[in-house]
Amino acid sequence: MSMVSDGPRRGGGKRRRRGGGDGGREMPMVPDVQFSSYYGRPVVKPAPWSHEIAAYLFLGGLAGGSGLLAAGAQLTGRKVLRRNSRLAALVAIVLSAAALISDLGRPERFVNMLRTIKLTSPMSLGSWILSGFGAGTSVAAAAEVDRLTGQRLPLGPLRSVLHAAEGPAGLEAAVFAAPLAVYTAVLLGDTATPTWHGAHRDLPFVFVSSASLASGGLAMLTTPVREAGPARRLAVLGVLGDVIATRAMEHRMDPIAAEPLHEGQAGAMLRWSERLALAGGIGTLLGGRHRAVAALSGLALLSASVLTRFGVFEAGMASAKDPRYTIEPQKRRLAARQAAGITGDSITTVD
Amino acid sequence: MGQLSGPTDPAADAGWSPQHPRKGFFTDTSICIGCKACEVACKEWNHNPQDGPLELLGSSYDNTGALGASTWRHVAFIEQSRDRIEEARESGRRLISLGLPKMPGETADDAPPDTDQFRWLMASDVCKHCTHAGCLDVCPTGSLFRTEFGTVVVQADVCNGCGNCVPACPFGVIERRTDGTAAPKTARGPDPVPNTGVAQKCTLCYDRLVDGQTPACAQTCPTESIRFGDHDDLVQRARQRVAQLHAQGRTEARLYGANEQDGVGGTGSVFLLLDEPEVYGLPPDPRVGTADLPTMFKRSALAAAGMLAAAVVAFLGGR
Repeated sequence: MSMVSDGPRRGGGKRRRRGGGDGGREMPMVPDVQFSSYYGRPVVKPAPWSHEIAAYLFLGGLAGGSGLLAAGAQLTGRKVLRRNSRLAALVAIVLSAAALISDLGRPERFVNMLRTIKLTSPMSLGSWILSGFGAGTSVAAAAEVDRLTGQRLPLGPLRSVLHAAEGPAGLEAAVFAAPLAVYTAVLLGDTATPTWHGAHRDLPFVFVSSASLASGGLAMLTTPVREAGPARRLAVLGVLGDVIATRAMEHRMDPIAAEPLHEGQAGAMLRWSERLALAGGIGTLLGGRHRAVAALSGLALLSASVLTRFGVFEAGMASAKDPRYTIEPQKRRLAARQAAGITGDSITTVD
Repeated sequence: MGQLSGPTDPAADAGWSPQHPRKGFFTDTSICIGCKACEVACKEWNHNPQDGPLELLGSSYDNTGALGASTWRHVAFIEQSRDRIEEARESGRRLISLGLPKMPGETADDAPPDTDQFRWLMASDVCKHCTHAGCLDVCPTGSLFRTEFGTVVVQADVCNGCGNCVPACPFGVIERRTDGTAAPKTARGPDPVPNTGVAQKCTLCYDRLVDGQTPACAQTCPTESIRFGDHDDLVQRARQRVAQLHAQGRTEARLYGANEQDGVGGTGSVFLLLDEPEVYGLPPDPRVGTADLPTMFKRSALAAAGMLAAAVVAFLGGR
């Protein structure tokens, strides 16, 4: 899209060029410069994040949801669901940490984030949530691996310690599970990226819902139907939350800031995300007790969550690259405040 | 953790004892001649590499493009015809009439400004050193910090390159330095580009400030379009300058960043503009993300509670 020609330009296109070419006056190098953006260039910079961060959003949610399922299964004596969810949480958290580290400008400095706790920094809090969740999950999952392999982990006398610690460790991880699923919404919302910031009120609900349906879906895929009841219910609740929260979010946002959620690749991903979530939800409700239907529904739900995260990620990146998404909503809200008689908070002043 | 939004003294908020007044820039674009000496002086002093291949952007005399990891001063060029000048003047008049009493006299239109048919706007942009700096707030390592002068500086050796500060800046200033190709060729081969993979931006020449020196750009500016000094004095001077221009009938003149009630608590770098901010590539109503952080925390707590409740329901709902 040519941002220069599409950009909001004042004065219309009928302007005649004055004095050009008569030799007496310099002809403007760029005749038509009256955009209300600077040559169509972005005002804010897009995050220098690749798709690893979008994958991180998905995996973090999947890990958090699986951690909750594992804790519930642990407390209600569902051994297969517990084992599968703990392993799922471990794999997801390891992959998500790997995705995050690979995206850092200096990967060897991941540990720099653990030198401080900063309440104003979602990424600082997130690195602690990730560490807290990872600690409990790795102990709980290690106990499962030990059982799976017939006690072949070279633990020696530590085996009894591991099995004594797995229960508390699973619950410790569960404490960090919901924060792990939700903090990435704040990470995106706490930016000047127009679509992300525009969504800051409702994005937490979209992300926890997406995490719930993804982790429920994965458990439906891995776990026999007789133990997967809670996973099915979590998935269906997640689908309900996802569809409602996403629609509410789009409805409440500035229409211009919401536009990237409907357009291009991001729009297509979010449309398919909703379709797959609904299909997975309906499949779960109608056929969740049949192994094959449950597995297919689980796959649909996982795909829906991937598409939600990539869609929101891409929409934000697109919104940062076009000055229109920064300028128009800002001008509108400034004008609205001034119309309401609030004139003291503009960055532009005359005295 | 200090105050998240609204007027405050940022250095005191960060725990500095009041040993220095807040420092800043006043960039008066009405006397900028577009010489780009500030860009050059900044690059020289800070050893900033070339941004990329040399190219002509086709946007007037601006071939720099934007502020970035290796460009900490950027001179914007905007060419405007008479219609556009009139619009800028009109939008300035609307600002003045927003319940503010200082309307210039009726004789104002009789005093023809020096640019009646055509004008160039030239403006040297720089980091705003916000009172509430989004980049600093979101930095997870503590690499970005508030100096005793109230400015915001990156410690390159602490930064881990996470890039969170880049989208957090409402002005699009800070950037992660990725370019490894920009090293100038010397007899000994290309010098390595310093601080790649790390966020970089204007430091307001922190290294010069601690020695009582003026930042390189302000030192070199031949027209004193860029002034450096105590923030409060500069704002005072900026207000006088706007009043002076208004008295000459140049109602298009306005200040940018001088209001501590704005969305970033006012900026350390204050500008005098001759058109609306977006014309220069500046956001018309910037707001630091942190101002909405309390809301986001509340909504997130609610969402997390909802997720926990859903899990409880899922497990109590029978087999």
